[in-house]
Amino acid sequence: MPVNFFPAQFEVIRNTDKCIKCRACERQCSNEVHFYDADYDKMLTKDAQCVDCQRCVCICPTGALKIRPNENAFRESANYTQQIMIENYRQAGSGGVLLSSMGTPKDYPVYWDKILINASQVTNPSIDPLREPMETKVFLGKKPSTIKKNPDGSINTELPPHLELNIPIMFSAMSYGSISKNAHESLARAAAELGTYYNTGEGGLHKDFYQYGENTIVQVASGRFGVFKGYLEAGAAIEIKMGQGAKPGIGGHLPGAKIREDVSRTRMIPMGTDAISPAPHHDIYSIEDLRQLIFSLKEATEYKKPVIVKIAAVHNVAAIASGIARSGADIIAIDGFRGGTGAAPTRIRDNVGIPIELALAAVDQRLRDEGIRNEVSIVVGGSIRSSSDAVKAIALGADAIYIGTPALLALGCHLCRSCHSGKCNWGIATQRPDLVKRLNPEIGYQRLVNLVHAWDHEIKEMMGGMGINSIESLRGNRLMLRGIGLNQKELDILGIQHAGE
Amino acid sequence: MATKINATGMHYKDLNHLVSSAKDKDIIIENALGHRYIGSSAADKNIEIHGIPGNALGAYLNDCRINVFANAQDATGDTMNSGEIIIHGNCGDAAGYGMRDGKILIKGSAGYRAGIHMKEYQSHIPMIVIGEKVGDFLGEYQAGGRIIVLGIGHEDECPVGSFCGTGMHGGAIYIRTEHAPKGLPVQVKCTDASPEDIEAIRPDVEEFAASFGYNADELLKSHFFKLVPNTANPYKQLYVNN
Repeated sequence: MPVNFFPAQFEVIRNTDKCIKCRACERQCSNEVHFYDADYDKMLTKDAQCVDCQRCVCICPTGALKIRPNENAFRESANYTQQIMIENYRQAGSGGVLLSSMGTPKDYPVYWDKILINASQVTNPSIDPLREPMETKVFLGKKPSTIKKNPDGSINTELPPHLELNIPIMFSAMSYGSISKNAHESLARAAAELGTYYNTGEGGLHKDFYQYGENTIVQVASGRFGVFKGYLEAGAAIEIKMGQGAKPGIGGHLPGAKIREDVSRTRMIPMGTDAISPAPHHDIYSIEDLRQLIFSLKEATEYKKPVIVKIAAVHNVAAIASGIARSGADIIAIDGFRGGTGAAPTRIRDNVGIPIELALAAVDQRLRDEGIRNEVSIVVGGSIRSSSDAVKAIALGADAIYIGTPALLALGCHLCRSCHSGKCNWGIATQRPDLVKRLNPEIGYQRLVNLVHAWDHEIKEMMGGMGINSIESLRGNRLMLRGIGLNQKELDILGIQHAGE
Repeated sequence: MATKINATGMHYKDLNHLVSSAKDKDIIIENALGHRYIGSSAADKNIEIHGIPGNALGAYLNDCRINVFANAQDATGDTMNSGEIIIHGNCGDAAGYGMRDGKILIKGSAGYRAGIHMKEYQSHIPMIVIGEKVGDFLGEYQAGGRIIVLGIGHEDECPVGSFCGTGMHGGAIYIRTEHAPKGLPVQVKCTDASPEDIEAIRPDVEEFAASFGYNADELLKSHFFKLVPNTANPYKQLYVNN
C-alpha cells in the first residue's frame, strides 16, 4: 500500500451517545465522508474526504457531530509550515498546479481593521437614523464637469446613463456555472427587492432571469460567453471584466464537467468542453483598445447603459484607473486581492495583487489630483466583510461596494474553500441537481435582503454618529477616519491621520 | 428601395444611427473611411459598404448580411451571433473573435488571431473562409466552428502563420495546401482531410466561390489538411485540489 504523505486535514468527532444512526449525515455529504457499517452497527467516517463545510454538523438532529482541525502536528517550523509541506506533497504526487477557492486564508494585513471611524461629540451633534431621514441612495456613472446650456438659455439636464442604487451595496460578479441557478435566483430577486444590482459574471444570463434585467449588471469577459444583443440589452449596465482580485493576470477555466445542458445554453458554448476565458482580452492591448470595446458595447446598446470596467487591484492600479477614466468607461470596479473566487491557482490567489484599501485610496487620490474623479464612479470589492468595512471604503472614496463572500454566507456558505470541487453541500457552488435543490431561493433571497437591510441600518447609524445624513457627504471624507498601528507610509497612502492626531 | 448614405466627414455614431434607424432593409454606405462599429448588433439588414469600414465591423451581428467592397479592419464580426460578412478584400486582426454562429467570407488574406475563441453550441456553428493567407494564432482557443484557409495564389507555401490552434479545444481548421503548418501545439492533431471532410466543407467553399467568382470544384480538388484538438478538456490534468 502506498504511503499517504499527510493525514486528513480535519477530524470528524461523533458523540456516539447522541448519535441515533439516522444516517442524515451520510445522505447530506457529497464528499462521502460518513457511512454506516452494518457489521458493527456504527456510523464511521472517512476523515480524509472532509472539507469542513459544516453541513453535517448543521443538519444533525441530535447535535452529535463536530469537525475539528486534525491536531496531528508535523514538525513544522516558522518557515516550513504544515500547510506548505502538504502542498508540496500534493504537487509531488500529482504534478499539478494547486487549485483553491474563495479568498486567501493567509495572514496579510486587513487595513479595515486598522482604521477607526469618527463620531460627533457636543458639536455637530449625531443623528438618530430611526428618527431622522438618512440618505443612502447613490447614482453611479459620469458626472458632467461643466454646465451646458440649451440654445434657449435653459440648462441642459441630460445626463449620461446612471445606475441608481437605494443602498450603496451591490452583489459582485458570480457566474452561473460557478454558482448554481438557485443561488443566482436568490441574488437576482434580492437585488430587485433591495433596489440594487447583482452581476451575471461571465456566465451569460439564464432565460429565467431576464425578468430581473433592471437589477442586473451583465458582464463581458474575454471568452464572450453568452454575449449577444439580447443579453446586452437585458441588463441595466455592462461590465467589462479585465481582472479579478483573487486571480489578477489569470483568466477563468470552468471545467467541462460543470458545463451541463443549461449552463451550455446560457453561456452559448459546447457541453462538456472546458470554458476557457483567457487572462487577456485578445483585442485589448492598450487603453485605446479598451475604448474600442467600451464604445462597441455603447453602440450596441444605443448609449443607454453605463459601462463598468472591472480590474484587479495591482501595483500600478492608480495609473491604470486613470487610463480607464479617460477611456470612456462610466464606472471603475476595483477588486482587492483578498476577494473570493470559485477557483484560482493557490499561488496566484495567495501572492498576487494588493489590498483593496490601499488600491482604493490610491485611485481616488490619483483621479482627484488629475481632476477626472467626476469622469467615473468607483465601486470596490475584494473583501468588504461588514457594514463598517463599507463605511470605511466609502470614506476612502468609493461610490459603492460589491459584496460576494458575505452574500454567499447569507446563502449558507461556510467558507470551506472547496468551490472548485463542484460538490458544494450547501447548493451554492455546484451544478449537481440533488445539491442545488438544497438551496431554496425563496429563503435565500430573503436572507440576502435581511443581510443588506441590516448593513444598511448599521451604515446609517455610523453615519448618524458622525453627524452625516447623506452618503454623498461621507464619500471621500477621509477626515472621518484615523489609522491605528499603521506606519507613516501606510497612513500617507490611505490619506488618513493616525488615531490621536 | 435602398437607403443610400454618404459617410464622408460623418462621425461613426451618426453613421450608425442612420443605419440602425433606416426603414429600408437594404442600405448602401458610400465613402466609408474607418467608421467603427458599422452594423453593430444589427438585425435583418442588408448592408453594402463601399470604402473601408473601421474596427469592430458587425460586432454582435444578428441575422444580417454585410458586403464590404474593399478591405476591412480589425475585430470584424466580434462576438457575432448570426448573419454573414463578406469582404471583397483583405481583413485585419482578430476577425470573428468569439463568434458563435454565422459566416465570414474573406476574399483576400486575414491578419493575426483570426477566429480566436470561435465557439459552437447546439445547432449554432460558425464558419470563416479565408481566400488567401492568414497571420499567426489562427483559431487560438477555438472551441467550435469551421475555419477554412484556401491559400489561393500561395500554393507553394503554407498559407497559415505560426502558433496556429494554440489553446484549441473544439471545432476544426481546414487548410488547402501541400505544406503542413509547422510547430503546432501538442493538443492540435493535423491529418490529411478525408473525402468526408471535403464534403463537409463543400457548401462553405461553394459559397465562397460563388461570392468571389472562383470554381469550388477546382479548389476542393486540392489537398487539404484538417486540424482538430485532441481534447475538449485541455486543463483537466493541470490542477490538483488544494
